[in-house]
Amino acid sequence: MAAIDYNELIPNNVNLSSDRTLQRALEQWQPNFLSWWKDMGPDGSNNFDVYLRTAISAEPNGWAHFDHVKMPDYRWGIFLAPAEEDRRIGFGEHKGEPVWQEVPGEHRANLRRIIVTQGDTEPASVEQQRHLGLTAPSLYDLRNLFQVNVEEGRHLWAMVYLLHRYFGRDGREEGEALLQRRSGDQDNPRILNAFNEKTPDWLSFFMFTYFTDRDGKYQLCALAESAFDPLSRTTRFMLTEEAHHMFVGESGISRVVQRTCEIMKQHGVDDPAEVRKFGVIDLPTIQRYLNFHFSVTIDLFGADQSSNAALFYSAGLKGRFEESKRQDDHKLNDLVYPVLDYADGALTTHDTAMLNALNEVLRDDYIKDSVGGVERWNRVIAKLGVDFKLTVPHKAFHRSIGKLAGHHFDPQGRPISAAEWQKNVDSWLPSTEDRAYVASLMGRVIEVGKYANWIAAPTVGLNRQPIDMEYVRFN
Amino acid sequence: MDTFQQHVIDPAICIRCNTCEDTCPLDAVSHDSRNYVVDPEICNACGACISPCPTGAIDNWRAVVKGAAYSLEEQFSWDDLPEENAALAGITPEHDAIGGEDAVAIQAVDTARGSATAPRSAASPTTNLYGIKRPAEATIAGNFRLTGAETASDVRHIVLDFGSLPFPVLEGQSIGVIPPGTDAAGRPHHARQYSIASPRNGERPGYNNLSLTVKRVAAGQDGNAVDGVCSNYLCDLEKGATVKVIGPFGASFLMPDTPLSPLLMICTGTGSAPMRAMTERRRRLNHPGDENRLMLFFGARTPEELPYFGPLKKLPNRFIDVNLAFSRVPGSPKRYVQDALMERISDVAQLLADPGTHIYVCGLRGMEDGVIAALSAAADAGALDWPNLHAEMKREGRIHFETY
Repeated sequence: MAAIDYNELIPNNVNLSSDRTLQRALEQWQPNFLSWWKDMGPDGSNNFDVYLRTAISAEPNGWAHFDHVKMPDYRWGIFLAPAEEDRRIGFGEHKGEPVWQEVPGEHRANLRRIIVTQGDTEPASVEQQRHLGLTAPSLYDLRNLFQVNVEEGRHLWAMVYLLHRYFGRDGREEGEALLQRRSGDQDNPRILNAFNEKTPDWLSFFMFTYFTDRDGKYQLCALAESAFDPLSRTTRFMLTEEAHHMFVGESGISRVVQRTCEIMKQHGVDDPAEVRKFGVIDLPTIQRYLNFHFSVTIDLFGADQSSNAALFYSAGLKGRFEESKRQDDHKLNDLVYPVLDYADGALTTHDTAMLNALNEVLRDDYIKDSVGGVERWNRVIAKLGVDFKLTVPHKAFHRSIGKLAGHHFDPQGRPISAAEWQKNVDSWLPSTEDRAYVASLMGRVIEVGKYANWIAAPTVGLNRQPIDMEYVRFN
Repeated sequence: MDTFQQHVIDPAICIRCNTCEDTCPLDAVSHDSRNYVVDPEICNACGACISPCPTGAIDNWRAVVKGAAYSLEEQFSWDDLPEENAALAGITPEHDAIGGEDAVAIQAVDTARGSATAPRSAASPTTNLYGIKRPAEATIAGNFRLTGAETASDVRHIVLDFGSLPFPVLEGQSIGVIPPGTDAAGRPHHARQYSIASPRNGERPGYNNLSLTVKRVAAGQDGNAVDGVCSNYLCDLEKGATVKVIGPFGASFLMPDTPLSPLLMICTGTGSAPMRAMTERRRRLNHPGDENRLMLFFGARTPEELPYFGPLKKLPNRFIDVNLAFSRVPGSPKRYVQDALMERISDVAQLLADPGTHIYVCGLRGMEDGVIAALSAAADAGALDWPNLHAEMKREGRIHFETY
């Protein structure tokens, strides 16, 4: 058999060409990945030439090689951020000790679980989004969708690399299982619930990339602090790509909002029913989508009190967002953190041991960051002279995980009865009619330089290309 | 009036993902709860942050008067970028040989006129190997004056040796030098950027060294109010002294690795550094048939102020076609590089028609308009469609500008 040029086939900085064990594991896995991609990747897209960014090295100038490529030929690479010399563990019981280059036996099961849970979200979102290409509002957006998809694919590779390289046979089995679960499948669903939801339309897609991929950013940031150095380096490099996904979401919603406001001003209409007559998405509907995606996503951070989170932190497996920038002892044994509680018909907070509240800490950091982008959307609205403000709902609103699950709150956080919830839910969360209306707008626009009526064209193209470039060629 | 292109981030497009702050090798990018901003005192326009930015918000530049750059406070308060100052953007500095040092510190790869990508056949550059947190240390192996002793212009050829420390470079790349000490406000001096003047295998072949072309910036000269901190530091260094270096920088202004590609090189003053590196690379390769393929247009005020005047004269004409333009020779009319280009219009046209030709322009920003106009005229003369050809050359990484 002819020698395979691994570096050409799989761009990497993990010395793949001289690691026979890893080669053999990947040789088994790669064909299965490709057949998963062909079955579950973007619908009907295998022959398209897509203007994609491929990472070919971990240097700043290496992660942005643009070219038209067919997605099955995309070079999914394996990259770790450059090693930090003499890196030390930054938190937990092992603080100050050198980081681990191999998996310590006592943490093997937990680390594997963390990696598998993270890895599972990557193919899941590709599956969730696989039909969106059929209703893309422009070639530019179609390309952005595909870029997100191939990079989620690469993130799967990144996690599978860790499983193969550090977890032996168990790791290989987990790698296979990642290709076998299916988003929304009754019998073999994806691990986290938000990743079994549908992403039925582009408004959902933009909301998903803004809110849910931002959850990814925070999880990756927490893992980037890990004492297990290969995990830290892998996730640090993934973060560079995650940024693009959040860009797609933030700019996507921004363009939808812009278009709606332009139409409102142009025709002097305000009433949502009137606005809809012009074929754009009214702002209250956008608010309801926002409420939905925000609340579903903050559930992803897990229970507000978790002994697992404490264990992961103390053991050095998973830190906090920007751990090194925080001014405390990084052990947290004596610190407390306020957590929301529901008692006697009212929302209260009570201090709980910070170690047990680390999910909540990460959730609160995430919320702060999410609010920033919403404020930027509001600037677009204000600039166009429309009197409306988007807001993120209260943390207690529409929760299914933690102490607040099972209770009802309005978007301002006021406790309400089940009856009141039922009465108002359609003005707080997307109703069937809302979803049907948004779906009715989703027609495919594939003329070069044209954009669907419900969304504004972007201000700049990608990689300094014009906005009317042929970002996708259908052949 | 001295102007420069200030690097700014468009707050209306930026998504605050922190990628630029993470990437910047100089820590020039910072943020508050509202905006990401670039410190004009620190940014050297190395471009490391440009391609990683997911939005394109990072790739914005505003012409400003030196000393009146947008402060961090102003940038933090923006919701949108300020309008381009049309008056400033249109200013064309004198076509003099050499720019001030501060200008060198913020030289930018002009991607509107030049390619954003390297030539297709270029070797892979190493970039940002050493940052300010962990600079490399080099030893001065030589420091020679290049310009005539009687001229006020003191341009030096400085050789840095890296000993056993890896510091791989390619022709066209640059490095940053950190002057010791602190400024008036007590902050450490920021790094100044210099183009490398030697080829990839060293100033002396096989040695781990490289050379720089540095002009001493003196107060009261060329409109400089004060002595240049870094250029005076470097120019005064003696053999054996050590210096802190960061880089290498630059991933597009690179030469093709095809041994017989024609190169059209246009430069002024210390902008000759990368041209020297590329020419020397080709001379050392000494590839059979490498004749009549290099063409150089080199501007300075006087022959005495032209760096590398002597060595250039010794290169055979069939290896490199050298055209000099002097703008301040008493008794002669002012002559700029674009004038020299126009005089050789049919030869330039022939080069433009060759799909293997690569063009490099380095020196004062003010020469760009003239050079573009001359290239366009040459294309016309050769019955080529310049707008199309220009776009094609940009796409293929065959035309590069580095001006300040």
